[in-house]
Amino acid sequence: MTNKETFGKDRLASSRIGNDRLIWMYTQMARIREFEEHVKRTFLEHPGAMRGHTHLADGAEASIVGALATRSPTDFVMPTYRCHGQPIVLGTSPRRMMAELYGRKDGLCKGFGGSMHLADPERHFPGTSGIVGQSIAHAAGAALTAQVKKSGQIVYSFFGDGASKQGAFFETLNMAAVWKLPVVFILENNEYQAYTNVKLEDANAQAGDPLSKKAEAFSIPGATVDGKDPLAVYDVVGQAAERAREGAGPTLIESKFYRLSAHGNAITVPPVPTQFPEHEAIGVYGNKEEYKAAKEKDPLALFRAHLLRRSVATEEELNRIEGDAHAEMDDAVRFALASPLPAPEEATKYVYA
Amino acid sequence: MPREMMYGEAMSTAIAEEMQRDDNVIFYGQNMAMTERDPMLKKFGPGRVRLAPISETAEIGIAVGAAITGLRPIVELWMSEFMLVAMDQILNEAPRLRYMSGGQVKVPLVLKAGFGFSAGWAGQHSNCLYHTMMGIPGLKLAIPSTPADAKGLMTAAIRDDNPVVYLHHYMLTLDTGEVPEGEFVVPFGVADIKRAGSDVTIVATGWMVKKALAAAEQLAQEDISVEVIDPRTLAPLDIETIVKSVKRTGRLVLVDQAPRQSSAAIVIAGEVAEKGFEHLRAPVVLVTALEASVPYSEPLENFLLPNEEKIAQAVRSVVGERAVRV
Repeated sequence: MTNKETFGKDRLASSRIGNDRLIWMYTQMARIREFEEHVKRTFLEHPGAMRGHTHLADGAEASIVGALATRSPTDFVMPTYRCHGQPIVLGTSPRRMMAELYGRKDGLCKGFGGSMHLADPERHFPGTSGIVGQSIAHAAGAALTAQVKKSGQIVYSFFGDGASKQGAFFETLNMAAVWKLPVVFILENNEYQAYTNVKLEDANAQAGDPLSKKAEAFSIPGATVDGKDPLAVYDVVGQAAERAREGAGPTLIESKFYRLSAHGNAITVPPVPTQFPEHEAIGVYGNKEEYKAAKEKDPLALFRAHLLRRSVATEEELNRIEGDAHAEMDDAVRFALASPLPAPEEATKYVYA
Repeated sequence: MPREMMYGEAMSTAIAEEMQRDDNVIFYGQNMAMTERDPMLKKFGPGRVRLAPISETAEIGIAVGAAITGLRPIVELWMSEFMLVAMDQILNEAPRLRYMSGGQVKVPLVLKAGFGFSAGWAGQHSNCLYHTMMGIPGLKLAIPSTPADAKGLMTAAIRDDNPVVYLHHYMLTLDTGEVPEGEFVVPFGVADIKRAGSDVTIVATGWMVKKALAAAEQLAQEDISVEVIDPRTLAPLDIETIVKSVKRTGRLVLVDQAPRQSSAAIVIAGEVAEKGFEHLRAPVVLVTALEASVPYSEPLENFLLPNEEKIAQAVRSVVGERAVRV
């Protein structure tokens, strides 16, 4: 924690998570990973099926699941354009998510949004922005709704290390602090802002400080947590969520993990096919060692080992969870491929309510 | 029963009435509700009436987030130029979220700002930026020119399920006029014929409506009958009423306080060229600001902006071409 102030009472809540819930957490992590693996493979197996730009959450699974495991059923979730992970945890249909990525009629947004703009308002995921940092303000807006309506809901706002250099970040954190909005700001520090290493563009990182130090500028609590450990994330986000629910205002949490895929699929101009390039550590900086070390700390493997060590589940049980997740996402791809493309004349629908 | 009211007061009345009617309407902005004596704060409480820091991106972004989750925020932005620091939220967030979600969410919010302040506010506080916003699908744009429209358009803006930019003209703030009491809605996309006439059609917005009406009065003494149309909303734009009028008059003068290339007039000219060409007996004439930033000193400012005389001259020039009557 960077601030001396504690911001919640229950700091070891994860020690009381029951085995069923731990297995649920692993299941969600495995489902996110499988979804992203299937998305990545699409570029090779069905070239041209996915258009534009797609961003994956592999490496972020523990951080997403640890955070959302503290959520109450009606709390809002506001991710960025890297938005495949959160809805999977919320129970959004992977079939409809995949169909959206394939630009199909049965897509979650009927083919109007694509990978960067998933939305499932029924599950309290009202949308995303593809413009870095802007959804931080939207998250605070959802928190304003909760506060004005006295609904008791809180908001989980996810954004990257790069977004924390946007004006929207600074303006929103100040306003959220002044208005004591019930929001947890989760800064996912995956070490790269698109293609740029965080040390090249963040003053805190350059000085060797945690990025949660930015919280001090707004006189709110800030904490840095190992985002590869879902239980550590659960404890810290849980405290921040409790603080938000009590009406004490926002908290900034830096969750540190490593993005395991490149920023997005390669930007190519049709008809040149696109696919995922090598991670920037290798592709841009020529640092194979860094990437290899990160792969060795894959959050899925770490949590798997933890569950086995604690005898929460057997090897067979975990294999089955992974197999089920794989089959579920195979099915999602089949569904997407079978879904028709939207009728062209739909293009002017949904402009106005 | 209508009541005599100032333009500025008419807007505030609409906001207060809608806040009374719907608990989901909230209102915030800079330098407002600063003390407990604030009447809106007293009436609606600190939850719904708020003071915001100088943070347009966050103010508008928060409004977007609040709108997609069930509130109907009104953001007081004071001057339209202040919106420029938050253009992503206005042009690329608020109008896109519904569409990108495949119609799953709606974004009911009002961005209220004054524009066109022509009283020595110089280059950065006197502009007409509506052209930037009127071409963005998903965004609506209302510009009242009378106290009654100020109330009716504000009511419609608050009740609209889409993001609305509501631009009021600073120079009209103290103008008085009859305003209906109680519920009064001016529907969007319905132009108003502010003065009926048969020789020339003038289309104008905001303060320019007043200038056009003054010019029309002057021209009536010269036996030239001018029709003055105020579109009232630039998005949606009621081209039909304009084309219908041109069909009768055969002549069109477009008056706009913005510089020519960034005016609403140039868009309307294009629309009429396509949809009303066969009715035109004379070239369409644009009376706009000259191509420069707005200067500080009064004679410079006056020279730059459209005025009654420039409008009257433009009308005379098209009437002079009666020879091409078909």
